[in-house]
Amino acid sequence: MPDLREILEVLLLQNYNTRLVVLSTTLLGIAAGLVGSFLLLRKRSLMGDALSHATLPGVAIAFAVMVALGGSGKSLPGLLLGATLSGIAGVATMLLIRHTTRLRDDVAMGFVLSVFFGVGVASLRMVQSMPGASAAGLESFIYGKTASMVSSDFLLISLVAGLSSLACLLFLKEFLLLCFDDGFAAAQGWPTLFLDVLLLGLVTAVTVIGLQSVGLILVIAFLITPPTAARFWTQRLIPMLLIAALIGGISGWLGASLSALTPQLPAGAVIVIVAALLFVLSMIFAPARGVIPRWIHQSRLRRKVDRQHLLRAAYEILEVQAGSAPVVNEPFPLALLLTKRSWTPRQLRRILKTARREDHLEPAAPDKILLSESGFGEASRATRNHRLWETYLIQYADIAPSHVDRDADMVEHILGAKLVRQLEAYLSDHDLALPVPPSPHSLEPSANP
Amino acid sequence: MHTESLNTQSTFPTRHSEARPEHPPGIPLAIHDLTVAYHRKPVLWDIELNIPEGKLVGVVGPNGAGKSTLLKACLDLVPLSSGWAHIYGKPYRKNRHRVAYVPQRESVDWDFPVNAIDVVAMGAYRRVGWFRRVGKAENERAMEALEQVGIGHLARRQISQLSGGQQQRVFLARALMQDADLYLMDEPFAAVDAATEEAIVDLLRKLSERGKTCLVVHHDLATVTTYFDWLVLLNMRVVADGPAAETFTRDNLQKTYGGKLSLLEKAAEALRSTPH
Amino acid sequence: MNWTGFDTWIVVIGALCAAACALPGCFLVLRKMSMMGDAISHAVLPGLAIAFLVTGTRASVAMFLGAAVAGVLTALFTQWITRFGNVDRGAAMGIVFTTLFAIGLLLIRQAADHVDLDPGCVLYGAIELTPLDLVSLGGLPIPRAALVNGTVLLLNLGIIALLYKELKLSSFDPDLADTLGYPSQFLHYLLMTMVAVTTVAAFESVGSIIVIAMLIVPPATALLLTHDLLKMLLIAVGAAVLSALGGHLGALVVPGWFGFESTTTSGMIALAAGLVFTLAWLFSPKEGVLTRRFREKVGDPGSLPDTNTA
Repeated sequence: MPDLREILEVLLLQNYNTRLVVLSTTLLGIAAGLVGSFLLLRKRSLMGDALSHATLPGVAIAFAVMVALGGSGKSLPGLLLGATLSGIAGVATMLLIRHTTRLRDDVAMGFVLSVFFGVGVASLRMVQSMPGASAAGLESFIYGKTASMVSSDFLLISLVAGLSSLACLLFLKEFLLLCFDDGFAAAQGWPTLFLDVLLLGLVTAVTVIGLQSVGLILVIAFLITPPTAARFWTQRLIPMLLIAALIGGISGWLGASLSALTPQLPAGAVIVIVAALLFVLSMIFAPARGVIPRWIHQSRLRRKVDRQHLLRAAYEILEVQAGSAPVVNEPFPLALLLTKRSWTPRQLRRILKTARREDHLEPAAPDKILLSESGFGEASRATRNHRLWETYLIQYADIAPSHVDRDADMVEHILGAKLVRQLEAYLSDHDLALPVPPSPHSLEPSANP
Repeated sequence: MHTESLNTQSTFPTRHSEARPEHPPGIPLAIHDLTVAYHRKPVLWDIELNIPEGKLVGVVGPNGAGKSTLLKACLDLVPLSSGWAHIYGKPYRKNRHRVAYVPQRESVDWDFPVNAIDVVAMGAYRRVGWFRRVGKAENERAMEALEQVGIGHLARRQISQLSGGQQQRVFLARALMQDADLYLMDEPFAAVDAATEEAIVDLLRKLSERGKTCLVVHHDLATVTTYFDWLVLLNMRVVADGPAAETFTRDNLQKTYGGKLSLLEKAAEALRSTPH
Repeated sequence: MNWTGFDTWIVVIGALCAAACALPGCFLVLRKMSMMGDAISHAVLPGLAIAFLVTGTRASVAMFLGAAVAGVLTALFTQWITRFGNVDRGAAMGIVFTTLFAIGLLLIRQAADHVDLDPGCVLYGAIELTPLDLVSLGGLPIPRAALVNGTVLLLNLGIIALLYKELKLSSFDPDLADTLGYPSQFLHYLLMTMVAVTTVAAFESVGSIIVIAMLIVPPATALLLTHDLLKMLLIAVGAAVLSALGGHLGALVVPGWFGFESTTTSGMIALAAGLVFTLAWLFSPKEGVLTRRFREKVGDPGSLPDTNTA
């Protein structure tokens, strides 16, 4: 096991042997996080998968061509050029299938992925038997191998990663428009085809430089996982891009370092697992859309809805009991509550227990319910809000549904005081009961208008 | 409107028990306290409905009023936040065989490699049961159903080669095959030709003459009172429901559609001034 | 070219495997889930690796079990992430399968000292060597791979024959399937299990490349040629068998053209499947790209969809 000093050396890029590798995967992670964000928002994540598989024939053919021309065949720029060209051919095939047949996107992607990859494997096996050249190590493009990286490779990778990130930032607005509503973008005169091609070009660039370190099967994780994880942290684009770049960078940095410290761990796999862990953490805990925060929010909401239903039901029962007289707080039979809504007795017991804890109920006879003073106040307020909402829905039926938030504490907060007064006036004009919530400080019994 | 909803006190059970409002099995569709919410936005809100048997019921309301959701809620296809919908006095899963559902046409892939009669025969799958093939008798019935909607001659045609109206007829024939008592139809009149619209109306009439109940989501206010004898005006909650002539009033329409009234009002007034 | 009994067996094994894949593949394509085949065939790796580590052998029931579990988990995790995380299904699938594949790679690397298993053999397989591994079936020696893939083919055939109507319904209209009492979720996972088991059966003999190609390409070819589900299944199987034959022939002949010695049959089978698809794409009698162009020139309206109303 490596000791602490070694670990720090690698993580802090002090170790000469691993510095380039760790730095290049970190840069790759940042670039992939940025480019992948747009791919995710465009709902084309798996296109990166097809594209990366489609690069393999290019690698093999470039090798063969370079050997035939008398070179060593293993120059990284040459191999990457081949990969880029065949990746582009793959994308072109996908688009062609989509435009000339009635087959869908997923079939076009699956076709390109499997056939190109098959061709790649077949041609790789062929060139391995080439006389006078060792193609050993070409297979590392499938699974990735970080160990063999020279400084010129590093320069190439950082240059491409840097340029891709820069392009993402330059075309931020255009890409956002494209991802959000391509029809609108086209109607506004934006060159959507050019933007789509540009985006796929950036994806190709990131995929190709990822081939060497992560391998073509796993590079797709770099494009998908960090942006999807970032989505849980924020609802806005720019923070999402930054978080995606951060998560991608951390995955690349930590993953490559861990792999450098323990030689039997392949870098690609470790990077992907680090990214996946960050994804799982984000999915569970991230405040904006994480599972647990959302669950907490929802159960809070459910309790609130239950409370309001209970109090409103209670108020309406009291209203009936009072007849034409002002509504007063007095005990009423529990059975009435049960039929008022669709609660099962068990649900009702749970709701009543919560209400008792919140001091909305007073102790009463076993089969009776008595609201506390604050409970009665809440009840009349909930009933009033509900009636205002209903009136609002009727009055503004065409715009209402998107505005309705009937569980808001105060209607005024959403609709504004002026509109609420109009609604109140409408209600009294139509002779409909509107409870006046008793002021918490007033000692007067509440009266019905 | 609230005082009305509170007058049901007499039906409250007197003892504190498991008792809940029971609907006689003769009521095809009874909905109580139904609320559906996607995330935090309510889509349907405190729905109370009792649909009488043998009626042709139009469900009318603006876009986003929750009409399709109402049908789906009856079929357990969306989660309910509260309340229930009972089909002939029982929850849907216990009375599945009495309901046929005609979804919106866009809900399926019309490029699927099956022909018209295959789709119609799907309506008989429950009767056929697991593992068994669709028999000759069922195929003949499927053919009859296609004849009934007027496209018997297209039985062997692949479904993507049918026009929109013909596809809608295939869906109707499939519902007929289910041999149900309650038919829930989501916009069967959307984007169909005049001949198809007429054929669908004919079919609906025949179904209701045979005592079947049809709940149809509908868009065209101009035809509402001629097509349906019972109406549900929906905008997140039930604005009004009852016999078509009594329910289709200017006041109710305004409550349902709100500010877009100028056009609607004219439609309503035009209709009310012409006797029918 | 020197064709031997060896080559015949290779083609037979390739054809059995390709046909076994094409059958569930048709339903994957119709459900717009083609990429699930790719995802599952990568994601079974950890299941295989764990089964290896536990049992220490390459051929066992445990392997099938491990892979089937991994396959179903892929579908399950994808669905969870899609639903609970509110994530696009493609992205969820991508995250799940890359993660499982990475875990599989790590496990295999850890176990490299103990068991003879490398990720390369999962990818390309070694179909050329399968005729050497013989088992006796009723006294006749036949390659084990033929037996395994043949069994899976029969199994898939049996399930589809038995549940043809149910699979058709739930692929066409899952909501209706649910309302008619045929749970679409159950059928979905059944299909995923079929894909996973087929993948494992294929992996050690022919490699997962063929599996991915055969799950998607022959069904896509068939979809271009017919509008009938039964015919689609038959054509897909036919195209799969043709690809196996063409692929092996290609593997024997093509390297010579470029002055190379040899190549892998599995890669060439994927290429052959691609060529068969391209032929259908260009020359399909009703909707081929070239057929349509030709017809436009001649001015024959026969291909126009009938829009008359009844």
